[in-house]
Amino acid sequence: MSPLINFFLYALIAMCFICLYRVIKGPTIADRMVGIDILGILVVGITAIIAMKTNRMFILDIGIAWIILSFIGTLTLAKYLGRNKLNE
Amino acid sequence: MSETISLILISIGILFDLLGCLGLLRFPDVYNRLQSATKCVTLGTWCILLGVFVRFGFTEIGLKALISIPLLFLASTVAAHSLARAAYHYGFPMWKKSVADDYRQQVQKEEKIATNIEKHAGS
Repeated sequence: MSPLINFFLYALIAMCFICLYRVIKGPTIADRMVGIDILGILVVGITAIIAMKTNRMFILDIGIAWIILSFIGTLTLAKYLGRNKLNE
Repeated sequence: MSETISLILISIGILFDLLGCLGLLRFPDVYNRLQSATKCVTLGTWCILLGVFVRFGFTEIGLKALISIPLLFLASTVAAHSLARAAYHYGFPMWKKSVADDYRQQVQKEEKIATNIEKHAGS
């Protein structure tokens, strides 16, 4: 069971590098924001796998906090991007 | 038995994550990238968390994984929706082979209503 978990962990880390490629290379600013958003969701999966591997429960707290911070960050950047029309 | 089910669920989740990241890498347009990546990666992470819950049951780790699921669904979908709307209103161009743009009619209708309201308020 353990080598399969290690394989899952390495696969998720490789996907994080794909997201970082999109953040660095992205033609527009919206592409970079999409990359950051997807990276935040992938990290939650990584924390779940690490918590399953090491049997420690506090690592999932990092995942929950990361979800909330990624949500607030993406909403703030979207507000900044569409500031011409979203003037409530 | 529960370990086998959890490994199968996590494998399905990794597969969906991989497909979403391939979409993020290969699609030509910001809207296509957003659509592919957000849906696939959200479902994949949902499957991983469900696999962790099946593996550990109603213990501390399992319950935290179960709590993360609705939080992840609400946060990622709302963030993706607001990001797509902001990108459209900012005016990023679509792919040149796109065939449909239904949101433009809605935007024009809203702008017409807004100008009518301003005209009546001025007179």
